[in-house]
Amino acid sequence: MASYYQLEFEKPVVEIEQRIAELEQKARRAGAPPAEAPAYPGIETPEAEPLPDPAAIAVEIERLREQREAELARVYSSLSPRDTVLVARHPKRPQTRDYVELMCKDFCELHGDRRFGDDPAMVVGFARIGSTKVLVVGHYKGRTTKERIACHFGCAHPEGYRKALAKMKLAEKFGLPIVTFVDTPGAYPGIGAEQRGQAEAIAVNLREMSRLKTPIVSIVIGEGGSGGALGIAVADRVAMLEHAWYSVISPEGCAAILWKQANDQTNQLAAQALKLTARDNLELGIIDAIVPEPPGGAHRDPQRAAANIERWITDQLHELRSVNPSTLPARRYERFRKLGSYTEVPVG
Amino acid sequence: MTQAPAKSWTELKAQTPRKNSIPEGLWLRCPGCGQMIYRKQMEANLHVCPECQHHYRIGAVERVRQMADPGSFEPMFTGLSPTDPLAFRDLKSYADRLLAEQIKTGQVDAVVAGTAFVKGRAAMLCVLDLSFMMGSMGSVVGEAVTRSIETATERNLPLVIVSGSGGARMQEAGLSLMQMAKTSAALARLDDAGGLFISVLTDPTTGGVTASFAMLGDVIFAEPKALIGFAGPRVIQQTIRQELPEGFQRAEYLLQSGMVDRVVPRAELRSEIARVIDYSGR
Ligand SMILES: [Zn+2]
Repeated sequence: MASYYQLEFEKPVVEIEQRIAELEQKARRAGAPPAEAPAYPGIETPEAEPLPDPAAIAVEIERLREQREAELARVYSSLSPRDTVLVARHPKRPQTRDYVELMCKDFCELHGDRRFGDDPAMVVGFARIGSTKVLVVGHYKGRTTKERIACHFGCAHPEGYRKALAKMKLAEKFGLPIVTFVDTPGAYPGIGAEQRGQAEAIAVNLREMSRLKTPIVSIVIGEGGSGGALGIAVADRVAMLEHAWYSVISPEGCAAILWKQANDQTNQLAAQALKLTARDNLELGIIDAIVPEPPGGAHRDPQRAAANIERWITDQLHELRSVNPSTLPARRYERFRKLGSYTEVPVG
Repeated sequence: MTQAPAKSWTELKAQTPRKNSIPEGLWLRCPGCGQMIYRKQMEANLHVCPECQHHYRIGAVERVRQMADPGSFEPMFTGLSPTDPLAFRDLKSYADRLLAEQIKTGQVDAVVAGTAFVKGRAAMLCVLDLSFMMGSMGSVVGEAVTRSIETATERNLPLVIVSGSGGARMQEAGLSLMQMAKTSAALARLDDAGGLFISVLTDPTTGGVTASFAMLGDVIFAEPKALIGFAGPRVIQQTIRQELPEGFQRAEYLLQSGMVDRVVPRAELRSEIARVIDYSGR
């Protein structure tokens, strides 16, 4: 079972998994197929040690599996904000391209911003979700090391945001709804990015997305880091996967500035303070829904995560289909207009 | 939820002496040219060094005084006060920080807005204040900017926003982030209505303010040598691990990269704004 990238809080689960693996090996030595399968008692093995009872092993394995499920559910139902960030960044966590493969048919990728280049950290294309034709837009971190480097670990450049907007305008023209997958630590901070107007690219996306006359639904599937995330998330409906995070800055960035240093302790405090979990964001009215993940996180069962996301998207698109597209910008404006917290005394 | 020091901007201003970011003293050493300059002379020169034209950072009150025709400024949205919606606490609690900043600056938050005349042209003026928590945008700044945009739209007034800001305010976290969407969406409506927005970028304008309304001007002016960018230079250096080019992210560099329309010295700001208003026919 998974020995990669162990999360500290998953230790109890991993221990159980190790015991299951040991027992399975034992069962194999005993000549019986592991777990669940019927045991064949009385088969001779060359080993000297007393024969384990395969039936008993099978029962024990079954018990441990149930224990593992319960432990996973327990651990994942009470993740700290810091742990949530670690899950959201899990290298095996499904990304935009995974979800496209799992839930879309006939993906027709579109490249390039027609200005400077093609940013692999932003994936854009036509696709079908169920029977609905949509435009998919999403950050992409990359799976292999090579891909990750090319994608700057999911940090898009201005050309990524401009590519996204250009195709979103196309979607508007074609009357296609837009589905965006948010998954970025933040927009790329570099010389070229600044030179080519990173701030302007994001700002223009915020302004233009707000007035697109086609339904937009967004879901934060992993990391929702700051303006780089928002740059494709000005939508009619916004959701987060259960263990995603979304805030104004990464906990590390926040710790470095407000606590003057980023270390384990300050990162934890910052993650707590930033109210970055799905539940916090729902309470603040920043998102409209939380899409549940399978027990143990989306990386343990991408298929189920994809199914949950697909259900949410399909429901939203169904509801939004009944809205006259020309009225969408006004509704979208109201959605964002009311966000904020202040008091006001009458001035006379 | 509220911690409500329910004082208006004007009330507080009357109570507390205005402070600017320049150290006290009759003379000061100019960070631009290293010369000793006479403070009064520098202040009389719009807070610009008479020797080297170094533009000192100024607060919103001074900015309004410089930009608006004398006596023409009518403050608006002064009843807005920040709250501490997340009960945010870093080394200091946000509530304490707000109070300390309010006492220090005599302002309720990092924004001053109102109608004014600029060389006789009516305009909606909104100024971020660097002296208050680095001009960072939380809910109050976002709300005042949005209302300024809406007022300009409703009254068909040219909109001038002067930015100077470290970006979105971390202490209001996600709500600060949403102000970026809110202000930018309001600008879409101003644009739909055919309105004019002149964005003035001053030293420094970075982060979520740059990545929202500040870069969305129909016309964008920048003060000389102002630092303008999405990411701060330190973050960029830490990411790419190499020296940044000379003048990187300065107004002149942005002009060369095609990101701003003009670099405008403070002394010419009023006349340049008036000129664009006239060309726009607003
Ligand atoms: Zn000087």
